[in-house]
Amino acid sequence: MALKIVKGSIDRMFDKNLQDLVRGIRNHKEDEAKYISTCIDEIKQELKQDNIAVKANAVCKLTYLQMLGYDVSWAAFNIVEVMSSSKFTYKRIGYLAASQCFHESTDVIMLTTNQIRKDLSSPNQYDTGVALTGLSCFVTPDLARDLANDIMTLVSHGDCVKRKRCSVLIMYKVFLKYPESLRPAFPRLKEKLEDPDPGVQSAAVNVICELARRNPKNYLSLAPLFFKLMTSSTNNWVLIKIIKLFGALTPLEPRLGKKLIEPLTNLIHSTSAMSLLYECVNTVIAGQYCSSVGSVVLCVQKLRILIEDSDQNLKYLGLLAMSKILKTHPKSVQSHKDLILQCLDDKDESIRLRALDLLYGMVSKKNLMEIVKKLMLHVDKAEGTTYRDELLTKIIDICSQSNYQYITNFEWSVSQPVTPHPPGISVSWWTIRVFAVAQMATLLDNAHLLTGSMQRNGICEVLYAAAWICGEFSEHLENPLQTLEAMLRPKVATLPGHIQAVYVQNAAKLFATVLKSQEGNTDSTTAQETSQLMIDRLPLFVQSANLEVQERASCILQLVKYIQKLQQKDVEVAEEVIALFAGELNPVAPKAQKKVPVPEGLDLDAWINEPPSESESEDEQPKAIFAKEEPKHSRPRHTEVDEKELARRREARKQEQANNPFYIKASPSSQKVYQDAPGVEHIPVVQIDLSVPLKVPGLPMSDQYVKLEEERRQKERAEKKKKEKKKRKEKRSGRGKKHDSGPESEEDITPAHMVDIVTEEMPENALPSDDDDKDPNDPHKILSLHFFGPFQVVVSVIFENKCDSFLKSMEFNVLDSLNSKLQRPEGSGPHDGLTVPFQLPPGVSNEARFVFTVQSIVMPQKLKGTLTFIVKDSSTHEKLDFKLHFTCTSYLITTPCYSDAFAKLLESGDLKGSSVRLEGVNMPFHHLLARICFHHHFSVVERIDSCASMYSRSIQGHHVCLLVKTSGQTVSIDAKCDEPTLLGNVLDEIKQTFSQC
Amino acid sequence: MIRFILIQNRAGKTRLAKWYMQFDDDEKQKLIEEVHAVVTVRDAKHTNFVEVWDQLVSYALSVLFPQFRNFKIIYRRYAGLYFCICVDVTDNNLAYLEGIHNFVEVLNEYFHNVCELDLVFNFYKVYTVVDEMFLAGEIRETSQTKVLKQLLMLQSLE
Repeated sequence: MALKIVKGSIDRMFDKNLQDLVRGIRNHKEDEAKYISTCIDEIKQELKQDNIAVKANAVCKLTYLQMLGYDVSWAAFNIVEVMSSSKFTYKRIGYLAASQCFHESTDVIMLTTNQIRKDLSSPNQYDTGVALTGLSCFVTPDLARDLANDIMTLVSHGDCVKRKRCSVLIMYKVFLKYPESLRPAFPRLKEKLEDPDPGVQSAAVNVICELARRNPKNYLSLAPLFFKLMTSSTNNWVLIKIIKLFGALTPLEPRLGKKLIEPLTNLIHSTSAMSLLYECVNTVIAGQYCSSVGSVVLCVQKLRILIEDSDQNLKYLGLLAMSKILKTHPKSVQSHKDLILQCLDDKDESIRLRALDLLYGMVSKKNLMEIVKKLMLHVDKAEGTTYRDELLTKIIDICSQSNYQYITNFEWSVSQPVTPHPPGISVSWWTIRVFAVAQMATLLDNAHLLTGSMQRNGICEVLYAAAWICGEFSEHLENPLQTLEAMLRPKVATLPGHIQAVYVQNAAKLFATVLKSQEGNTDSTTAQETSQLMIDRLPLFVQSANLEVQERASCILQLVKYIQKLQQKDVEVAEEVIALFAGELNPVAPKAQKKVPVPEGLDLDAWINEPPSESESEDEQPKAIFAKEEPKHSRPRHTEVDEKELARRREARKQEQANNPFYIKASPSSQKVYQDAPGVEHIPVVQIDLSVPLKVPGLPMSDQYVKLEEERRQKERAEKKKKEKKKRKEKRSGRGKKHDSGPESEEDITPAHMVDIVTEEMPENALPSDDDDKDPNDPHKILSLHFFGPFQVVVSVIFENKCDSFLKSMEFNVLDSLNSKLQRPEGSGPHDGLTVPFQLPPGVSNEARFVFTVQSIVMPQKLKGTLTFIVKDSSTHEKLDFKLHFTCTSYLITTPCYSDAFAKLLESGDLKGSSVRLEGVNMPFHHLLARICFHHHFSVVERIDSCASMYSRSIQGHHVCLLVKTSGQTVSIDAKCDEPTLLGNVLDEIKQTFSQC
Repeated sequence: MIRFILIQNRAGKTRLAKWYMQFDDDEKQKLIEEVHAVVTVRDAKHTNFVEVWDQLVSYALSVLFPQFRNFKIIYRRYAGLYFCICVDVTDNNLAYLEGIHNFVEVLNEYFHNVCELDLVFNFYKVYTVVDEMFLAGEIRETSQTKVLKQLLMLQSLE
């Protein structure tokens, strides 16, 4: 009876074999998890049985479940039981389960050592086979140490070829886990390279190639043996491995390269296997510094065939290999430009990206225009924003490569709307200004197209430059009145403040030019109409929330009103108005200003005039609503102005001047280099205090440089006995000479127009430097923080009305946190909102500023807030929730620091360290630095190769020092700061920045 | 060398997962999901390679598994099944692509016109085929006749 029950239960168990399980899962699609948990319960029951067949069946089912992602680690011991079954079928199931489930931390693994040893030495070759395959998957350092000897025995004495081959292959895994075994085993392994059986031979090749990949130097001595194998073997797989090995060895032993060329070219000519061909080409490329031009040409030819193939894979690999050749033999690749341009039309994005990479490296003076023209066509039809962005970035990269060295035709480049033109660069194109002005005028006329896509990064920044160029070189405009009209359109008010400011200023310059031409016509009415136009349009800007715009606009408005009065009395004013803007700018190198020595006896910090008295400033102060928030007008009411206050005002003024394109035409990055207390003695900036920045104080200085520079050059020239025409003030020095060493020699290129690349004027002792970090301006930052006082932060918020209705009665409110509080007017409660001091017509944006009190700056803050407003037409109240993110970075101020001061700071020992690693940062080092500078307000102290030190200061005076190192795609940042919390948060934010790219 | 071999269907169900590197169970599942996500979005006009520095397609992979910067995935689609092999970045793409095809031809011969259900119901046999052709992340045997002969021998033992 009992026997019957047992038998019945066994039958039941056997009912559910693997097939049933699979079917069951398929039938329970709805409640798979539930079904499987009942199955697992059954399996647990089955595992309790003594019958090995039942157990094996259960383990087999478990392996299937494991593959589907279920945890079966609890059955590890049962798996070991099944492994030790004497029946091969069960043993195989056990080993399979073990190889799928076991890993180094599985503790029962050590129970298997003896079983595996027994199986390895089993007379049954199948037992040995499963043991070896299993071991290859779950070998641990302990198993490797204990079984290394058994495996070696198999390798040397194995009577069965199959067994021998497997044990050779598995040696690599053993070496990995137990490196001590490599030395004693190596002679035997080497022996196997000459084994009569090709299978064993190829296994040995595989293992040695894998070892050599890690440390090629140790395997140089095997080169002759491999060379013999390469010329005798017919197995493509082995050949590929050997050729790959040679690819790793040739850089270590250049003579090898010469020897290899012949058999490799033979293979390239003879083989029909693409994989082998590709491997050969790759190896020739790897050793190409010692290989002949002929072989490179052959490779390029073969690669062309690959790229022309309709198979996407071959195309892709062809492009990949081509880019490797490009690095050393750019000329041989450049002749295939047409083909690579065709690849931009490919359907596969990865092929297009490879082609783009190649094009970047292929650009020369000759083909730049054509390539960019092609790329621009692709921008228009590109699908998908990522690819499009990539295209635009590449175009800009291509154009700006090595300080615009490839651009011979600036006229052309000015007409490309995407290329960013910071004013500094445009100035250096002064030779073509006539053309540039015409282009820019058209651009301004069509500005609405650009503003429409204002969100697109940086595009409207070009208007900033365009407006300036049109104003400065207004005498070259064909129709200045039309441009003037375009500059004063109401739509301009939607542009970011700093651009508006430039518009207003340059409108005045244009106005002067227009007046002059109109007065020449002796028709006084047109001139008066022009003045009227100014008077009509300027009030729009006077109302602007941006102080800069406001100030300039009201200043100019008053001027125009005065002019109008004079005009009504028939007084000719044009000459005098023009005189306001007299003088011409010459190109100035970005760093020139810094290098100007401070004249003796000039105290930069001393007031030139007596500090304005309090009452005076009271009068000037407009009764603006924001007056309180603006640093300029924020003077406290007590009569004494303390030193600190003065310093802060000076700071603010400097910042303003840096933003003012008329002030000192120095560098596009001048915003970044304004000075602060530490290291002030190093920065010899001539600072001339101007209340109305209409003149160009830099001019006499730069003239001086021109003279100095010319004198020096003349001397040089005399020495070289070169007679050159000296019509222009142009010269190539330092940087200019570098161009000659570019990949393409310059002699064979005739520029389309006779335009010299003007190297910017530099003082004599200036050293050319390479850290021309780009200054990426992002005008669309919603939140920009201006520091105000130690604990007060001014937040500019830009409100943009994107709907079709008129919005009014806006109220801005923020839920205060302990740390950060919105400053509300006296008498209002802690939860009251602040009225936004303007209304928003549809499509208009405006900026308002709010003051926050911040207790501690070491932690980032996120404040929740709401904006309530009334929609005028429907008179409904609406609400908009938002979050204000105060990052720690926003409390940092870009502060230059000199290396000796930096070193002292680090030595002082007051700073605490921390570090962070960034993986997979795929960008050139200088871009990386530029990013840190731009996003996190750091400045580069010193850069040596792939290592740079950076510095920044918080508004509370914390020093933050970074040491940035890069190797491959890994970037490590070691940082020190006197406030560890702040440092931690800043590092987190840096990490964040790079994880987003 | 090969890091892992995966066979998945379009829905992401695993039909075979052979690991030549040690991952823990969570990592294995994560990898299976990521590979599925990366591979299924690609169609016939794409290459059969997913290189991790192609950040567009496999950014997630490279973040989750930093070592993947040195790996790439070579895959081939047969009907509804994706055969994926993950190898070192320096390995020869075309050779492994041929390796996949060779493997599929053996399966086809062994199961007589193989279909997905064959792989499901005989999953342990598929592992045996893999083990006969690949070992310890290297190619063990490329000759189809030799592999098939060996497989028939093993079957006769059952």
